[in-house]
Amino acid sequence: MSNKEVFFNPFSKSNPVIVQILGICSALAVTVKLEPAIVMGLSVIAVLAFSNVIISLIRNTIPTNIRIIVQLVIVAGLVVIVSQLLQAYAYNVNKQLSVFIGLIITNCILMGRLEAFAMANRPWPSFLDGVGNGIGYAIILIIVAFFRELLGSGTLLGFQVVPQSFYDAGYVNNGLMILPPMALIVVACIIWVHRSFNKDLQEK
Amino acid sequence: MENLNLFIRSIFVDNMIFAYFLGMCSFIAVSKNVKTAFGLGIAVTFMLTVTLPVNYLLNTYVLSPAALTWLSPDFADVDLSFLSLIVFIAVIASMTQLVEMVVEKYAPALYASLGIFLPLIAVNCAILGGSLFMQQRGFANTGTAVVAGLGWGIGWLLAITAVAAIRERIAQYSNIPAPLRGVGITFIITALMGVAFMSFLGIKI
Repeated sequence: MSNKEVFFNPFSKSNPVIVQILGICSALAVTVKLEPAIVMGLSVIAVLAFSNVIISLIRNTIPTNIRIIVQLVIVAGLVVIVSQLLQAYAYNVNKQLSVFIGLIITNCILMGRLEAFAMANRPWPSFLDGVGNGIGYAIILIIVAFFRELLGSGTLLGFQVVPQSFYDAGYVNNGLMILPPMALIVVACIIWVHRSFNKDLQEK
Repeated sequence: MENLNLFIRSIFVDNMIFAYFLGMCSFIAVSKNVKTAFGLGIAVTFMLTVTLPVNYLLNTYVLSPAALTWLSPDFADVDLSFLSLIVFIAVIASMTQLVEMVVEKYAPALYASLGIFLPLIAVNCAILGGSLFMQQRGFANTGTAVVAGLGWGIGWLLAITAVAAIRERIAQYSNIPAPLRGVGITFIITALMGVAFMSFLGIKI
């Protein structure tokens, strides 16, 4: 695979969320509003890129039997750094995300990419793979959050988008969109659209 | 009685899959047939039951504020709770490695069918989530932690087995639009079951 493919494939053809089915938990929990979803996406891009590089640099010295512990400790260290940075520079968003920054450690995308890519490739492709997969994850997060915030609370990034005249005419926010199960349904709709255009991904 | 209540609540009300949507990655990928799903469910239940009390003891005697006073009264103002994420995940990862080696040795068939998802148990959000809930809710003693871990594990097992059974039937008997087959329809089934499980909210024994 060329570096270009490594970087661009995760956007659509091998998207971590809707094709590889990794990292669903946080995709459900942080997508009620758009702003935390964007911050979460950026944090995952950073952690994924740097953990991929670090693991790739030391891949030949890690004993196979304890590789998971090594990987997790590196990821946990990076997550602690990200969480401290967020507390310093984006305190309000950090409060909204609280637990889920910690749960980046258990985001399956990280382990999946470390196991499947960084353990077998050189640092530069690993970095591209990390950034690419992070962006692929962020795209899905932002699409889901866009629809949930727009339909669930009528706002985008906290600004009122649905005009007051709509409410006066009897329009009501869809309260169901705020509930966690609806994130699953929105993701399912994205998969539906995505796979109708990419027929080779369809399952028999 | 209190433990029984907690046990029932952990299975149905606080169900890891349907109420918190934790541990979805392996849940979606491994729920294609009931046998494998059941195997993974057992593994997750075991991991939760083992790691929760271990992490509880670590949290109580090492990590929480002023927990080290049993060592020496000088440590009364030591607060190590910022380390809890790393300690919890290290405990979980080492237990997973242990389980992986045991399964590889004694149940090669299960090992082959679980594939990459056995190491991924370490990053199953349900297990770290369990430990974080334990810390957040301040359980009373080790017994409570064991009961809650067992309950959450059985809840997860129940969820994955039920969805796997539905998926098996759907794959044989229904005519789903091609793009939704497999993953897509599983998401929708899980979402609908999640809505149904909301009806358990507020149960008390």
